Amino acid sequence: YQVFESVAKKYDVMNDSMTLGVHRVWKDILVHKMNPSPGTLLLDVAGGTGDIAFRFINYVSSVRERQLQRKLKHHQSLSWQEIFESYQKDKFNSVGDSQVVVCDINREMLKVGKQKAQRLGYSEGLSWVLGNAEELPFDNDKFDVYTIAFGIRNVTRIDLALQEAYRVLKPGGRFLCLEFSHVSNPLVSRLYDLYSFQVIPVLGEVIAGDWSSYQYLVESIRRFPPQEELKAMIEDAGFFKVDYENLNFGIVAIHSGFKL
Amino acid sequence: RGGEKEEEEEEGWHQLYPGHIPTSPLQKALLAAGSAVMALCDPYRHDMVAVLGETTGCLALPNLRDKMKNHPEGYHILQERPRIRLSTLDMARLRGLPDGSLGREYVRFLEDNKVSPDTRMPPKFVDDEELAYVIQRYREVHDLMHTLLGMPTNMLGEVVVKWFEAVQTGLPMCVLGAAFGPVRLSTRKLQVLATQLVPWAIQSGLNASCVLNVYYEQRWEQPVESLREELGIFPPP
Repeated sequence: YQVFESVAKKYDVMNDSMTLGVHRVWKDILVHKMNPSPGTLLLDVAGGTGDIAFRFINYVSSVRERQLQRKLKHHQSLSWQEIFESYQKDKFNSVGDSQVVVCDINREMLKVGKQKAQRLGYSEGLSWVLGNAEELPFDNDKFDVYTIAFGIRNVTRIDLALQEAYRVLKPGGRFLCLEFSHVSNPLVSRLYDLYSFQVIPVLGEVIAGDWSSYQYLVESIRRFPPQEELKAMIEDAGFFKVDYENLNFGIVAIHSGFKL
Repeated sequence: RGGEKEEEEEEGWHQLYPGHIPTSPLQKALLAAGSAVMALCDPYRHDMVAVLGETTGCLALPNLRDKMKNHPEGYHILQERPRIRLSTLDMARLRGLPDGSLGREYVRFLEDNKVSPDTRMPPKFVDDEELAYVIQRYREVHDLMHTLLGMPTNMLGEVVVKWFEAVQTGLPMCVLGAAFGPVRLSTRKLQVLATQLVPWAIQSGLNASCVLNVYYEQRWEQPVESLREELGIFPPP
């Protein structure tokens, strides 16, 4: 907990520096893979500073807008709400009835996330909840999609988090996990290790004044189960059609599963 | 993965003093570069100045340590390893000392400038625990340098002290601080700096014996002027 308390304020700056901005692409790919349609209810766990939530909102808003344009073009029957919205030409990218709940165990991270939302102009369709991935404060069968981006690595009992994910998803719901994983390519692996152990703690010290938190980060990545093992754990929790996609040689992987 | 496991274990087991973070030469180089840039960009990052000092001091620190070893008072300090901290200083007693004495003037300096000896960073990246003490001593004695030189803690005062320390210790961090510190000063101040203060600081620094060889804690009653004379620091302009 304390690692993320000290890390919260500089979290985003550090992410950009450590991954040279690539983490933004990874998160974009996650939301694209999710391909949410308007009206989706998303639970983003360990979502802290809101990166996934904001992308989700952008995505459904633009899908919705495109739908609206299509309806307008074909003079289809529009509801009064839609007609009203079509007159708001500016930033009113309406979220409609899509919603995202951002859940994080750390108050500081949520605080930073809320401030960011305000600054970037996100107001509708967002809620912020303090909660533990191993014991979520939600009822069964509630959400359409559950995401956890770079968070499951920090959960003590991954199996419990996966069980909770299964519990709160509706039947037909999707589980998506974006996390650091294992690189099998020996050359890439060597370079990656060199970068991780030599450069990242230095970045932590210089940018955030905190060597040890980033040393911990790099070590926790090495300890995390590799792709196949995580896949098996997700299947154990009851998910079907579990699969994973490697990004950047396996530096990062997206695992996906369905509750049927 | 075997290689990095070794590295992990080594780094964990080679902790030489509390707070020590063992680093590879590459890491030290990166730290030195990063901290230098960060210290320039954000002058409030005192921790970066400290890190810069630790990662670049590999030649100057052993030099200082040897100077201390070869001097009776310095040797004493290395043996006893005194620390200047609020918990070890008897502030009331020092305040009660006569005006002009080291103790009285030191306390006056701390109060006037609202600083405390406890804000000095403990060393992290020095890979020798005796040298770690030397750099710690240098940091804790810094405020006494201000007192002896009669310089306040504003940018100008700090730069003057850095010039003095650069000459005295040879620490690259002091040299860099002395050279780049003036960048943020107005032209008027720069003039005063260049014409009067820096030459005086350099001359005093060259003339004076090693300031780390003074057991300050045993000299609180000594008048500042007498200590200046003893060390060889010229009176401030």
